[in-house]
Amino acid sequence: MSVKTTSKNGTNGQPKLKGKDFASDQDVRWCPGCGDYTILKQVQNLMPELGVPKENIAFIAGIGCSSRFPYYMDTFGMHSIHGRAPAIATGLKVTRPELSVWVITGDGDSLSIGGNHLIHALRRNVDINILLFNNEIYGLTKGQYSPTSKEGMVTKSTPMGSLDHPFNPAALAIGADAGFFARAMDRDPKHLNDIMARTHEHKGTALCEIYQNCIVFNDGAFEVYTDKQRRSETALYLEHGKPLVFGNDSDKGIRLDGMRPEVVKLGDEFSESDLWVHDEKDHFKAYLLSRFFEDNRHEDRLPRPFGVFYDVERPTYDEMVNLQVEAAVKKMGKGNLDELLAGSETWVVR
Amino acid sequence: MSVRIQEKEDVTIRFAGDSGDGMQLTGSQFTNTTALAGNDLSTLPDFPAEIRAPQGTVAGVSGFQIHFGSKAIHTPGDSCDVLVVMNAAALKANLKYLKAGGIIIANEDGFGKRDLNLAKYGPEDNPLDQVQTSGFGLIRLDVTKLTRASLEDSGLPPKDVDRCKNMFVLGVIYWLFSRDLQPTITFVEKKFSKKPEIASANVTALKAGYAYGGATELFSERYSVQAAQIEPGTYRNITGNEAAVIGLAAATEKSGRDLFLGTYPITPASDILHGLSKLKNYNIRTFQAEDEIAAVTSAIGAAFGGSLGVTSSSGPGIALKTEAIALAMMLELPLVIINVQRAGPSTGMPTKTEQSDLLQAVYGRAGESPLAVVAPASPADCFEMIFEASRIALEHMIPVMFLSDGYIANGAEPWKFPKAEDLKEIKVSFAEPREADDEAFLPYLRDERLVRKWAVPGTKGLEHRIGGLEKEDKTGNISYDPDNHHKMTLIRAQKRDNIANFIPEQQIEEGPESGKILVVGWGSTFGSIKAAVHELNRSGLSAAHTHIRYISPFPKNLASVFSRFEVILVPEINNGQLIKLLRDQFPEFTFHGYNRITGVPFSVSSLCDAIERASKF
Repeated sequence: MSVKTTSKNGTNGQPKLKGKDFASDQDVRWCPGCGDYTILKQVQNLMPELGVPKENIAFIAGIGCSSRFPYYMDTFGMHSIHGRAPAIATGLKVTRPELSVWVITGDGDSLSIGGNHLIHALRRNVDINILLFNNEIYGLTKGQYSPTSKEGMVTKSTPMGSLDHPFNPAALAIGADAGFFARAMDRDPKHLNDIMARTHEHKGTALCEIYQNCIVFNDGAFEVYTDKQRRSETALYLEHGKPLVFGNDSDKGIRLDGMRPEVVKLGDEFSESDLWVHDEKDHFKAYLLSRFFEDNRHEDRLPRPFGVFYDVERPTYDEMVNLQVEAAVKKMGKGNLDELLAGSETWVVR
Repeated sequence: MSVRIQEKEDVTIRFAGDSGDGMQLTGSQFTNTTALAGNDLSTLPDFPAEIRAPQGTVAGVSGFQIHFGSKAIHTPGDSCDVLVVMNAAALKANLKYLKAGGIIIANEDGFGKRDLNLAKYGPEDNPLDQVQTSGFGLIRLDVTKLTRASLEDSGLPPKDVDRCKNMFVLGVIYWLFSRDLQPTITFVEKKFSKKPEIASANVTALKAGYAYGGATELFSERYSVQAAQIEPGTYRNITGNEAAVIGLAAATEKSGRDLFLGTYPITPASDILHGLSKLKNYNIRTFQAEDEIAAVTSAIGAAFGGSLGVTSSSGPGIALKTEAIALAMMLELPLVIINVQRAGPSTGMPTKTEQSDLLQAVYGRAGESPLAVVAPASPADCFEMIFEASRIALEHMIPVMFLSDGYIANGAEPWKFPKAEDLKEIKVSFAEPREADDEAFLPYLRDERLVRKWAVPGTKGLEHRIGGLEKEDKTGNISYDPDNHHKMTLIRAQKRDNIANFIPEQQIEEGPESGKILVVGWGSTFGSIKAAVHELNRSGLSAAHTHIRYISPFPKNLASVFSRFEVILVPEINNGQLIKLLRDQFPEFTFHGYNRITGVPFSVSSLCDAIERASKF
């Protein structure tokens, strides 16, 4: 993990900005109780901590409830068209690498209509941060199933239950060779803030999936991970270098039996030293973690991981594009328009 | 025996052979040499649709036509005087282009039994004998044998020797047209500078072909085409796609903005990507996106960031981009959209030309989405019109569609190129940085042309949001107010229409300023119409030609040009698209169409007939 500059914005003799300085003058128009409010608040709180001048921050969104997000941020912002935000962000970042570019997207926007742009951004590794608000439903179009909706889900467009097998965003990201994937949820704002800070710190395309509750069309979709009674049994918080422990009183852990993860009870037979130790740099283990995708409404399933699955940097696309430009100038000199106009062969008519 | 040299005013040669025979190289070398000899010229390659069609078949034939003369040349020629064929399939595919009494120069050993079979000639056919009895002149050359003989001592493997066949043929043609070998020798030596033995073999074959022309008694005459009366100056040869690339580089320099091309490969537009990707030291970045939509949206992202955004495609790709183009229109960001049109609809005929995306360009988006449309008239004009497209996009903060087509994109002509210092500056207007206690920033505040200022990220105090939702006048905030939407729709249309105050007036290209008949063209039909009108005027029929290069908006004086003629003829390589725009905007005039949708340019003779018929209306 690279450590970025620790200077905060507002340090040039100016008072440090606060979260509210990043709120625009527009009225926020999500449904009362929508998980988006928490995410907005945490993003606004995070901004002053980034060490990036306010005018160098841009939020790009597609279409959907989540994609209204840029209107509420007092930064540069674009509310674009459905699914295309990663491509717009790519053009912006390649030409303006000094900007901090954030993509705000939803499960329909990024995994259905914009699926192509998401996977290509991940493999190219453009240095952008993608916050994917996953509510497993189409909200803005009023309640159709989404590409992350569970099989069998009854929605407006699936009265007899959805036949679609859902995407697993973590496995998709790892499959697309993402350098960074993390998961957080709206109902755990402190953890969300930490994970979004990590998303920003990662140089390269960083995908942060945020479980977000749609109070109107899919209320309680993630309750199994947020409910006080059950969450310790279903949610597994990942920490780099720490064993995978969860459960009431931290009494359970994940052990690797060869390549197969299994839940073990800590006590007489197994201790923490037998457990899988989380390693954010291990691609294979990240893939295994991405397969922790069982329906936790049932008992005795692998818990759902939250936190940073994978964080390994490789050269970013925007950086390499600009290195090629520098190399071309170094090799051939600044372009001479008259030479280009004349080309290699000319003749004179008198 | 001394051979008579005959003077010709103009000549058209068509080179045809298998894809692997090097006909494009042969044609382009003949072109360069001809240009250096001072002729005016126009060329057109004719590629097979498949990359590697089966060898020896008609589908695999690649052609290159050049029309050159001591007079002004506007088209690659309707038909050819000389047809060079490397095999039977090439003859079969191209005999229809040869004028009555024209000469065929045939590589005889491309006419073996197997070649005839592959070209689907019948077992009884002997096409070479047959063409001779049809009144064509025939020169038989045993190119393979002669090339091999000339390179007997080269020590090269037979495969490399046979690859010099096209140079032998070129040598023969150079002799026939009394051309200098040196430009091609220089080219070959440069091209194969790392393989001197290959360079030397090619030069030997070229010289052997030239000597063979003189030593044999195959030819009863040679030809000479004197230099043309061309405006003095320094010239180069250029294709439309090359000119577009250079024009974009010029616009980059003259605007002081970086250029970002987001694109996805498609025939016949890909050469623009190839060309720009080599110009990284000209403040140009190119991005081969995952699809057409990412191509245009990445360009919009770059435009948001302060670069000139460019995307290039052809009709089917433009269709995929339309939602994003409307977004750019709504955001009011500078975007140049290049459409190198091809024959449609759907996949259509990708390597063939057509002008059938005009209505798509002008109207093909959801909602009221006015944008500017310009169309180059010739290969060299692609330079000026892409520069103009960039200027309009940057100075008026609007997407501009540039409608080239496969014909001028690949066709070439001599170009008296400008000096960088003589190109006009493109003036970009930015919003200035603000302090916290300054008045609120209004991203959609407009000047007298209705143009907003470019507010680029990184500029202090300009934080603002833009989007595809309808916006309130001035503030840019989301608005569903009915009257505001009406007002904004009219503002965006008026802003586009105001561009008419910043473009040149419509001119008459050829013929009288007023009179009986006016031929109105747009795009790549320029050369054919100009040649036809010129020819008719020479033969006593008075006709005029005007060519519309600015289509949306039209030049302000267009109606006054129309009003000076009795009959207006609108020839188009589509089923009547410009004519619809004209009938809509100028209902006071009657427009007559002339439409051919064959995938190839108008022949001058068919246009002459159409104009003559129209003159009797």
